[in-house]
Amino acid sequence: MSELFYDAAPNATRVAPERPGPRHYPAKPREVILFGTCVVDLFFPEAGLDAIRLLEREGVRVHFPEGQSCCGQPAWTSGYAAEAREVARAQLAILDADMPVVVPSGSCAGMFCQHYRELFADEPDTLKRVESLAERTFELTEFLLNVCQVEWQDLGEPTRIALHTSCSARREMNTHLHARELLGKLSNVERVDHDHESECCGFGGTFSVRMPEVSGAMVMDKTQSLMACGADEMVTADGGCLMNINGSLDKQQQTFRGRHLASFLWERVSGEGKV
Amino acid sequence: MSQRIPVTELTGGFRDRAEVALADGQLRTNFRTAMDSLMKKRADAFPDEEEREGLRELGNRTKARALSRLPDLLEQLETKLTDNGVKVHWAETTEQANEIVHGIIQARQGSQVVKGKSMVSEEMEMNDYLAERGVECLESDMGEYIVQLDGEKPSHIIIPAIHKNRRQVSKLFHDKLGVAETDDVNELIQIGRKTLRRKFMEADVGVSGVNFAIAETGTLLLVENEGNGRMSTTAPPVHIAVTGIEKVVENLRDVVPLLSLLTRSALGQPITTYVNMISGPRKADELDGPEEVHLVLLDNGRSGAFADAQMRQTLNCIRCGACMNHCPVYTRVGGHTYGEVYPGPIGKIVTPHMVGLHQVPDHPSASSLCGACGDVCPVKIPIPELLQRLRQENVKSPAEGPKVKDGGAKYSRKERLIWRFWRTLNSTPALYRLFLWGATRFRKLTPKHVGPWTDNHSAPVPAKRSLHDLAREHLARNGGQ
Repeated sequence: MSELFYDAAPNATRVAPERPGPRHYPAKPREVILFGTCVVDLFFPEAGLDAIRLLEREGVRVHFPEGQSCCGQPAWTSGYAAEAREVARAQLAILDADMPVVVPSGSCAGMFCQHYRELFADEPDTLKRVESLAERTFELTEFLLNVCQVEWQDLGEPTRIALHTSCSARREMNTHLHARELLGKLSNVERVDHDHESECCGFGGTFSVRMPEVSGAMVMDKTQSLMACGADEMVTADGGCLMNINGSLDKQQQTFRGRHLASFLWERVSGEGKV
Repeated sequence: MSQRIPVTELTGGFRDRAEVALADGQLRTNFRTAMDSLMKKRADAFPDEEEREGLRELGNRTKARALSRLPDLLEQLETKLTDNGVKVHWAETTEQANEIVHGIIQARQGSQVVKGKSMVSEEMEMNDYLAERGVECLESDMGEYIVQLDGEKPSHIIIPAIHKNRRQVSKLFHDKLGVAETDDVNELIQIGRKTLRRKFMEADVGVSGVNFAIAETGTLLLVENEGNGRMSTTAPPVHIAVTGIEKVVENLRDVVPLLSLLTRSALGQPITTYVNMISGPRKADELDGPEEVHLVLLDNGRSGAFADAQMRQTLNCIRCGACMNHCPVYTRVGGHTYGEVYPGPIGKIVTPHMVGLHQVPDHPSASSLCGACGDVCPVKIPIPELLQRLRQENVKSPAEGPKVKDGGAKYSRKERLIWRFWRTLNSTPALYRLFLWGATRFRKLTPKHVGPWTDNHSAPVPAKRSLHDLAREHLARNGGQ
């Protein structure tokens, strides 16, 4: 185990070593379930579709169970464990299949892999299904990198991008490492660091509405640092952060924007322009 | 510059104080600069990641082991200290602790106290208590001296005056001590030292905190960088140490990793300039040292935390301050915004046991759960996990019996109802899809103002079609492939 925040000092962005510990990755499966997440479902559906396309491009058949909704994280982080548990129970039932679950959001994947255990600590029978889900759940970039072992040809024009990673996605799913490595496979993409890169963007789920003053100051600093780093755009693998950062940029009437990593990757490897 | 209202004088809750702090550009700059520097110092002090992680694990286990035997160790500590000639006092509340301290001072007919830095004495509000009874307390730690001079409280547990820059200190010294203004930090320190040096000689009693109380040998260990701790504990004829019951460790060997973790995590130092190990009053054949040494062991809610297996981990804390140095919330609002003795992430998890959640109802929510605090904690307190637990205790109804002192401070039937509705929506697929259908179809009707969200963001407009729709269509088309 190692920390991810010693690189929080300005302009000292270093790749933190892997955590949690190394994971065993299966061979590329024939089919997977995509858990789209509620934020992507309603606000960034194209990113979800691009995730499906990226997976299909690797020869993986994608299922999208109609019954899926939310992982339960908003209630869980707000202290409403009982309500979160019932929503989690519904997802457990829907995702109970013998195939991997791919999630285009690190914090929601982290919810499956880390926090469902806490939610169902008192239900031994449910815990078995929780463990199975935790074992089968992969964040999208992790899955593309380590399970599909993608090798890509970059069909896009040269570009400079900033990468923002969600704090819980880093802590729980190593998304910062996987995303960096995936982006490194694109020959025309230059990833540039931004000031205080590993500092939180201020979203934190309901934190952003319970503490709007502090959260607003945090997202203001984050957007300023993203715009100052010289990148053409920002990419992130987390819908919550994306909504926070883009919502703030729009309010500030800036032209700079962030994009879901799935859409960015699909554009680079498919050669299709922005949708 | 705009007129500044000191955050310490504000009433209201966390959010009111945060708003004032956030609007104070000088304060923001002071904290950002200081926290950046402290983060770098800590990172540089732990160049070897493996060593750091091994040490943190050892620190965690050492504290957990000590806590698992807390009652025994406290008894052993009392016996050993008594053998060494130190008088041990027990205080359940801060009021009792103050009475004990005042009693000791009265017995010596003392009127002047000089203090080394002690956060437990801040918990007790000892200075005010004694001042009301005609005893003058002077803070001898430079940072504490500065905040005392300005009538403030510490804004950081290690660096009490971190919210002030050198110009502000210079102006303060000019106004209060009548000295010429100077930008030279060394000169400023010399000004403070001159005043303090005389006081050490005149004081009837010296008060200090304790970093580690060692049960096996009956030793009180105190770290500091200014020598004021050594002066406070040796120059006056009486030394009173005040500390929380969680500071006890088994033996001197246990101190080695904890001390290294403490000084490196706090200021990035391999070791502090002074490490004082106090094992008793002056002996008959010794030339100096105090005639009397007292230890006041304070509970103040700690045994409440101790009784809860999960919250017990808050007692691991060795008060290094690394969690606040790395906290994006603390960095922006500063220590005074928390309105309590212990600010930052650690403050949010220890304060409820001391004063109850009703007094700090917003503290558990004042975190994005980014996890930086837990990640740097030298004794691996899972701070985000404990914040989450406090959030749960905070929204419980009285009937559900919150397990943390004065829990249920944020219980709201209305909010509970909203979450129940959210639960039903998200666990009933047909209802959820109906919601998606409505939200996407009537997206143009999305209100322009959506609660506090639109204070900082444009209103979020749902997409034209949900992923459910797009995926269904896409997969049906590709189904044959």
